[in-house]
This record gives sequence, structure tokens and C-alpha cells, in this order.
Amino acid sequence: MEFAELIKTPRVDGVVLHRPFMPTVEGTLCLTGHHIILSSRQDNTEELWLLHTNIDSIEKRFMGSLGTIIVKCKDLRVIQLDIPGMEECLNIASSIEALSTLDSVSLMYPFFYRPLFEVIEDGWQLFMPEEAFRDLESMTDEWRLSEVNKDFSVCPSYPSLLTVPKDIDDDSLCKAASFRHGGRFPVLSYYHKKNGMVMMRAAQPLTGTNGRRCKEDEKLINATLCAGKRGYIIDTRTIAVAQQAKARGGGFEQEANYPQWRRIHKAIERSNVLQESLIKLVEACNDQSHSMDRWLSKLEASNWQSHVKEILTTACLAAQCIDREGASVLVHGTEGTDSTLQVTSLAQIILDPACRTIRGFEALIEREWLQAGHPFQQRCAQSAYSNGKPRSEAPAFLLFLDCVWQILRQFPCSFQFSENFLIMLFEHAYASQFGTFLGNRVAERVKLQLSQKTVSLWSWVNRPQELERFLNPLYEPNNLVIWPSVAPQSLLLWEGIFLRWNRSTRCLDEAYQEMVHIIEYNKELQNKVNSLRRQLAQLETEDSPLQTP
Amino acid sequence: MHRAYCSKLFGFRTLQRSAQQRRDLTVENVRFVDRSLSRRTQVGTLYLTATHTIFVGKGSEDRNELWVLHSLVCNVVKHKASQSGYPLFIHCKNFQVIQFIIPQESDCHDVYISLSRLSRPEKYEELYCFSFNPNADKAERELSWDFLDLKAEYSRMGLPNKLWHVTPINREYRVCDTYPSDLFVPKSVTLPVIVGSSKFRSRGRFPTLSYYCKENHATICRSSQPLSGFSARCLEDEQMLQAIMKSNPGSRFMYVVDTRPKLNAMANRAAGKGYENEDNYCNIKFQFIGIENIHVMRNSRQNLIEVSALRSPSMREFLLGLENSDWLRHLKSIMEAGIFISKAVAEEGVSVLVHCSDGWDRTAQVCSVASVLLDPYYRTLKGLMVLIEKDWVSFGHKFSHRCGHLDGEAKEVSPVMDQFLECVWQLMDQFPCSFEYNEKFLISIHNHIYSCHYGNFICNSQKERKDLCIKEKTHSIWPHLWENKMDFMNPLFKPDQGLLRPSTAPFCFKYWRSLYNRFDRELHPRQSELDCLMAVKEETQQLEEELALYEQKLAVLDKERAKTLYMQKGVLDSKQTLWSFPLDASLVNTPQDYIGGLIGAAPNVFSSQQGERESLFGDKPKCPDADNSDQESGVADFSSHSSGEESLPSEDSVKDPDSDETGPNRA
Repeated sequence: MEFAELIKTPRVDGVVLHRPFMPTVEGTLCLTGHHIILSSRQDNTEELWLLHTNIDSIEKRFMGSLGTIIVKCKDLRVIQLDIPGMEECLNIASSIEALSTLDSVSLMYPFFYRPLFEVIEDGWQLFMPEEAFRDLESMTDEWRLSEVNKDFSVCPSYPSLLTVPKDIDDDSLCKAASFRHGGRFPVLSYYHKKNGMVMMRAAQPLTGTNGRRCKEDEKLINATLCAGKRGYIIDTRTIAVAQQAKARGGGFEQEANYPQWRRIHKAIERSNVLQESLIKLVEACNDQSHSMDRWLSKLEASNWQSHVKEILTTACLAAQCIDREGASVLVHGTEGTDSTLQVTSLAQIILDPACRTIRGFEALIEREWLQAGHPFQQRCAQSAYSNGKPRSEAPAFLLFLDCVWQILRQFPCSFQFSENFLIMLFEHAYASQFGTFLGNRVAERVKLQLSQKTVSLWSWVNRPQELERFLNPLYEPNNLVIWPSVAPQSLLLWEGIFLRWNRSTRCLDEAYQEMVHIIEYNKELQNKVNSLRRQLAQLETEDSPLQTP
Repeated sequence: MHRAYCSKLFGFRTLQRSAQQRRDLTVENVRFVDRSLSRRTQVGTLYLTATHTIFVGKGSEDRNELWVLHSLVCNVVKHKASQSGYPLFIHCKNFQVIQFIIPQESDCHDVYISLSRLSRPEKYEELYCFSFNPNADKAERELSWDFLDLKAEYSRMGLPNKLWHVTPINREYRVCDTYPSDLFVPKSVTLPVIVGSSKFRSRGRFPTLSYYCKENHATICRSSQPLSGFSARCLEDEQMLQAIMKSNPGSRFMYVVDTRPKLNAMANRAAGKGYENEDNYCNIKFQFIGIENIHVMRNSRQNLIEVSALRSPSMREFLLGLENSDWLRHLKSIMEAGIFISKAVAEEGVSVLVHCSDGWDRTAQVCSVASVLLDPYYRTLKGLMVLIEKDWVSFGHKFSHRCGHLDGEAKEVSPVMDQFLECVWQLMDQFPCSFEYNEKFLISIHNHIYSCHYGNFICNSQKERKDLCIKEKTHSIWPHLWENKMDFMNPLFKPDQGLLRPSTAPFCFKYWRSLYNRFDRELHPRQSELDCLMAVKEETQQLEEELALYEQKLAVLDKERAKTLYMQKGVLDSKQTLWSFPLDASLVNTPQDYIGGLIGAAPNVFSSQQGERESLFGDKPKCPDADNSDQESGVADFSSHSSGEESLPSEDSVKDPDSDETGPNRA
């Protein structure tokens, strides 16, 4: 299919663009296969380059022959285009609608994007399971890298290489996989160096109504326990939801069959509930009425902050079990691809200082989200302005980023990256020129040959000139476990995402610049002082023969 | 910290002696419960002196003390007896809540009765400021009161000038006993006009100047409501307003802002009071701004406190509670009034007369918020002090009544001044670079408004303070705050000019956790950006000095290389200062109750010690007060990073660094 078929009117002159907190721009609007471009042909005004995939929904309005298209983006921005001529406006609108809802992955922009920079370090090769395993091997010899899933037949949503207990053979893994939803048998998520405890993740066991059991599954998770120790199974669903799952063939681990494990149920919501929550929250943030009551009620009714609290609390619990109790933990919900990953990845941020560096955080997202099979393509197909019937959209990843931001707010010096890094990840998860977040699982990415045909986000981010924007000037490595407060008084609305387009950030930017300036000036002085100190010392030694006759 | 600790030890010895002499109440084996989520307890002795409640923990080496001024105590509540004794809760005006468990019922009752009495003094002379540091040098004390000079403030504004001057009319407080003695009025008004106008205004509070804008001559004036009733008018009052308008030569009209809701103002007409009739006054534009009265604000604050004190609430409880308290809505209305006035003055160049009913609550709030928005000076440390001294203290905000310094009418208490401080905080949040001070400054001022440690906020008017010889008998707070100004600096401050234009979108008004949960340490960020930046700045200063020194040395060396014998090795070895981030290791390593009651009340689900497993696996009900301290220490041992600071209530947890009022021996 040619994009040209979808573009009825490729360019219109005299289009006026309105953007929040920016001056209006008049210029020529061009539609390409992947972008809306508005150029004023003046040097000093910023142009608009908007990816079609970033468009969540559009609205049309007409005033006489002047058409207006309101474009609502997945990054929550709302822009307005005034287009002279009704026909032009209708054409543009229908083209945008068609181009922004293309289903075929291979038509996505990352397959057409050619980087203007030289790829020095290929992000696709950066975070290989083998490498992570090598690190693990240096700490313990109780684990092995299994190739049981090398053709993705045992578990389609898992990567080809998985870390499993050394004593469990591939046959047992296959049997355990048949007992877990989607074949997602328990695998290693995190090894806590300090005390050797581990965190594993899986999908729900398929016990069904008649209480099926699977010896291999039991053996598999018991293999992670030290002699005489007990472990914790954190089920991210309430007991009621977990009970209901039995009727559909799912379920939870029965105490009788897992006597060495204590099960704890938490209440993390998933899929549609979260999507609705996001829609309501963004609606509240965009509400132009200036009444205090409406704002707080709507914020409360969106439940977003409650979700943040629940997820963070569960992650803290998992971390607490590992670090304080010295117990191993297995985390799962239903499918093990959403709430499970939120919990396991946040727990690692709490426990492992490495995850608070830029590289470490990238590795965490690669490991716990991309390779672990979070279906980004499905979850991020629509954002807060979608008006269609929700399919499997859910802001699970955004919620994770929000939780990270909450911890970052409470430990502003413990992260190498700043809030901007999290915002950037949010944007790219929903619309990007890079291939990193395309597809729903490793198997799909292999099939799409993403690593050959597209550029990795990490290839771009890790270039020193880009990285600079994402560094936290206050960063000072901190090797402690960091326990965030999860009290409502301590959890804030993430303004950088949700109020980003609703308020002027001039003063906040100024404050940030000032902070950077203070720290950079300090470093500059330190360098100067050190070099002078050396100079003096040198002079002194040069002169010292004079002193000793 | 160390210094404070020593002085407290010294204080404690004198205390023991004086306790014996005066036979103050002393109770042994009292348990102090740290109300943070960890709920640790400590056993010790409770002393009730004439001025303080003091708890001294029985520590082996690390003696912990808690000092609470009686004047900060809001109320004392006895709770139902528990296994371990009789709980007593002390709720303080600075939002600290202290929980003691006293073994004997009779002791508990004695403490309750004594403290209830001590925290509600009947006479001014009982307040702490009269006994604080009585032996200080007279000259020193006088100096402390001369620290701020309102005359200098008016001349900073550019007054007196050819249009405004000080009227001597109120020198003896005869025209208005709640006004200051020195008042600025237009030069053109005669004494009879002032007297006439004052007779037409509630409590004689005639229109007088609060702020003068040098650039365009526009002013903010303040008064009380006119006694207009349904039809009364007063020629002198009309002349007064006319004169104020004419003293701003550039404008053709002036605003009269009534800060009350219209309904309230109309109701006042029935009582012979009310608001200006636009038909009677030439060239005024009349405007209502609906700020609620002190009773509404008092209830709102009470609801807010209840929300802030909730122990592990759900998000829903918290947000709905916040909304239902209406507190943020009230702040927004005050802010909007301030914005209206500041824009009228700065952008339109029009003078404004502000009043409410008596002109000492809402009027003070609105005038001072507008001043902060208008004048960068009030965004500096000294400027805010001056502003408070001018618009609040001198103009007769009834601190004693509003803060409940003395036992009296509960209906007079209202957090009017608190709301002003909080408006400033909301502005600081929107303009992080525009204020020289940080929020600790506001919190410190808030604390001292209630503490009665200094004389500034005692009494209800300048006249009362003069009659009580406040300046002769007490100290002023301002030099004390100034001495500690390093703690109150905003590292991001960049002096700017001009008007602040804040947004009043609802999401810009936030919950002030640092004030309302000031003593709930576990709720605050574990690392502070502010402290880091201050540390960096401090180090930068040292580096600058070091650099200058080295450059000097190098210059000398270059000149006299042969004479390097003089070089001192010591200088070269001077230690390299590396700023390190303050990180409260004990807090970082203290997880909270993340499991939501599943595991009893234990803050830490687990402990490495034997038997503790029961807390998670067993269903044994646990008494939250009984075993936790053991469990906690088990955890402390378990953590490789725990330091000695982990031991029970560390100084910080019971004693805020700025709450120096707790140490009477300090000076």
C-alpha cells in the first residue's frame, strides 16, 4: 500500500497552529506518510513535526469556510490547526485519521527512519540475556541459562534465553510451563547480592476449579529456597479476583501444595480499569473550570493516585520480604505481563542501586518489560484521548514510570537520571522513530527483524550529547536500599506528565537551570582549585632541591 | 546538633535542681510513643515545669529529651487505658502530637489537670516570653527591638512625600486604639476629616495607607467597614476617599475592595454597618471578593488538621478529606483577592482601598499577599519580617485572640495569619527562584507566632503592647531569625523585579506537607534538594576563598621563585572539601507498613531474629505498644547500614532544629 493513496491533500497554505504556552504560527501544512509538518518558512519560529502515531484522536469544527482540527496526542498535548477551506480541512482530517490508525507494524515510521547520527554503540546489542547471566554467574552458581524456549514454543511471550534454577531440567520447565498461564513458568527476575535471596516472576498457575497441581512447578520454585527457609508468593490480585480466575482455568497456589510458601494478595488493577483511570485523570487536568472542588473530586475519582499507591506498596512489600526478611519471592498476577512487571521492576529500583543509573535503568526496562513480554504495541495503541472502544490498551508502563518518579522525588540525589528521562521514555513508548517499543514480545521483534531494520532508542539516548539532557545534576551514588513513603501525603501528582501542557513551566525551567548552574559552577571551581593545588605542589617539589643544600 | 545537645544537658541539670526546689510535677516510667509509622516507644521521666513539658528518656548514653512549651499546647486528651498504662495525647499548635503512656491513673490525671491549666494561662504575665532570658543586657534587648524600623520601611517606599505624610492624630491612640500611633494619610486631608471618617468606620479604623508604589504613586489603603447601614453617609469619609484617589495623580478612579462575600456585607447593613454606596462616593469602583469569615476558616482548619493527622489513610480518604475541608478553596480566594489588588496597582496604576468588617483579618491577609506579589523586597528575609511587622503586628491583627495565647473565647481563634504564610508558600511553589527565603523560614515564623517565646505576637494591638511594656520585658524574634538566616536561605534565589503573576488554576494549590506533617518524619522526602544545594553553595564559597588564596600564593611564587622556602606545606595540604549529600541512613533503611494490617501492627514485617517469623505466619494478635521496640531493634541489627542514630527517638525526631524555644537555657 502506498501512503499517497491516503493523502488526498498533501499541502495547504495559510494554516494557523495553536499550541499551549507558545505563540501561534502561520505557515504551510504538509502531510507525509508519517508526519504532520507545519513550516512557517521563517528561521526563528519553531516548526511542528508530529508523528501520526502520536495522534490519539482528532476533532473537527467548522466556522464558515474555516475549518479547525483539534489534534489530541498520546503525549497528552492538544494542538489546534486552523485550515482555510472546508474541503482541504476534511481531506487533511481524514488523512490524519487513516494514517494514525494504521494497523500494520511494518508500515510504522521506525522502518523508514534513517538516523542523522552515526550509531556508535548499537542499542540492540546492549542488553543481551547472556550478559546479564554472566553477571549473575559471578555471584552464584545456582542458576543456569536455559534454551528451552529458543523457538518460542514453550512460552511465546518469553525471550529465547531464560534464567532458571540449575537443578531443574528443560523437561520439567516444559511441564511447569503447561501449568502456567501463557506458558509463563517461574523464572529469575532479580538476585539480591546482599543475602542471596531472589525474586521470580511467572503467570498464574492453572489450577482450575478442581485444584490441579503440578509437581514440576512446585519443585521449580522450591529449588529457589534455602534449606528450612520459607518464601513469599505475592499475588497482585485480591483473593476474590484470584478465586474467580479459577472458573476460567486459572487460580493460585494452594497452601497444601506449596507448604513452604506464604501467599499475600494485593490489589493492583489492570487493563481497562487503568485505561479509564488515565482518561479520567487527564480530563480532570484539562478541566478549564477554576473550581477547587471539581479539581479535587475529579482527581480523586480518577483513582490514578490510588493505583500509584497500590503498586508502590506492593513493590515495597516485595523488596521488604527480600531485604529484611531474607526470603525469596515469587510475583505473579494473571498473565504476568503487567502488574507483575510493575512490581518486580520497582522492587529492583528500591533494592539495587545499579537500577538507579541510566544504563541500569535501561537494562531494567529491557529485561523486565521488553524481554519479559509486556505487550507494548497493544497497551500503548491508544492513550488518554482515545474515544474508540478500548481493546487491550492500558497505561501499565506509564504507571510504572509514575512510581519511579515518586521515588525519585523522595530521593532526589539517588538517581543518575532526571525526570526528563522518564518523560522521554513515556513519549517513546507511545510514539517513536525508534524500534525499541514496537511489537508485543521478543518473538515478534525477531520476526519483524527490528534489530536490523530499525534503530534502537538506546543507540540514540546513550550518545553523550543526548544523555546530557537526562542527567540528574544532584546525583550522588547511594548504595543503600531506599524505602519510599507510600502515604497519600507523600505521593504527588506527576505534573511533568499530566500538567505539562496546562501550565507555564518558565519558572520551573528557570529553577532547574539555576540548580544546574550552581552545581556546575561548583565543579568548575573544584577543578580550578585542584589544578592550582597541583601547580603549587609541583613548584614546591621543583624548588625543593634549593631547600636541601 | 552537638552544641544543642550539650546545652540541653546543662539545662537538664538546672532543671532537676529547680524541679526539686519548686516541686514541679515529676512522673517516672512514662512511655513516650513516637507516632511515626514505626511507633517506637521509650521509657523515661516526665517533668512538668512552669513553662515546659519535658520528657527525658532513660538511654544508656544517648540521652533523649523532648521539650514542649506549654504555650504551644493546643489541647490535652486522655485516652482509654491500655494494657501498658494510661495514654495521654498532647496536641500542639505547631501540629506536633505527643503521646505518653503513664503507668498510674492518678499520675496521668495529675499531668492532665496540670497541663490543661498550664497551657491555658489567664494572664499575659504567665506567658513564656516574660520569663525567657530575663537577665539579658538591657541594651541588647532594646537592640533586638530596634532591628526592624517601620519608619525606615515607609521611607523605602518613598514616604513621606509631597502627597502623603504621617498624621499625629493617633499618637495617643485616641482616635483608634487598635491602630498604630504613626499613620500615613494624604497631606490634603485635615484633622477634622480624619476624625469624621473614623467615626463613620467600625472601631474608628479610618482609611490609611498600607503600601505605596513609588513608580506610579498608586497605593493600597486599608480601613474597616463604613457604618453606612441602609442609607447613612458621611461627608468626611467621602472626602477621605476622594483625597486618597487624588493623591494618585495619574488615575481617574479608585477601587474599593470589600473582601467579604456580598451576602455577609449586606447582612451587616442591618446592624448599621455595611459597605460604600457607589452613588455617594465619587469615582470609586466597588468590588466584592468573597473570603469567608474567621469562623468558617477555623472549622476548615480543624477539618484539615484531622485529615493531615490520619494514620495511613487511603488515597480516597485523604483527597476527599482535603476537598471537604475547603482549605485550599479558601486559600485560592485570598490569593485571588491579592492578585486583583496587585494588578490594579501595578498594571492599572489605580489605588485600592481594602476593607472587610473590622479590617484586621481578611484585610491584613489581602494587603500583605498583594504586597508580596507587587514588591520583590517582601520576597527577601528582611522584607517579609517588615511586612509582618507592618501589616499584621502594627495594624492590630489580634494575635492573642486569633492564636488563643490566653484562656478565653474559643470563637475568637482563627488561623488567619497561617493562611497568609501558606499563601506565600503556595507562591514559592510556583516561583521557586523569586524568594530569598525557603519554607523553613515560614514554618519557623509560624511556630513562633504560637510559641509566645518572643514578645512580637503577644497582645492584640500596639497600644496593648505598649501598656504591657512588651519591649521592656521581652525579646523580639526578628534578630534571632536573622542570626540563623543561613538555615532559611533559598539557594535558587535570583533577585528579580516586578509583579508576580501566579496562576490560580486549582491544581496550583497544594497540600503543605512540611507544615501539617512537620513532625511526621517518615512522610517527607528522605533526601532534600534544598539541603544539597545549600551544601554545594557553602562549599562553593569555601572554594572561592581557597582559590583566591592559591592565586595569591602562585603570584608570590612566580615573583619569588627562589624564595619558596617560605612556602608552608600546611597550606597545600589543606583538606579538600567534598560536598556530600545529607542522607538520613536510618530513615532510608526503615521500611514502612506496606502490607496494610496483614501483619499486625509491626512496621517491619520481618526480623532476622528467631521467633519473629510468627508476626508474619502466625495470626497472634500483637499489642502495638508492647513488643515493637524489640522488633525494631532486631531489624536495626539486621541492617548493615544502620547506625547509632537508629536508636530511639533521635534528637531530630523529637526536636526540630528550629524549635529552639524548647531550650530556655539557650541564651
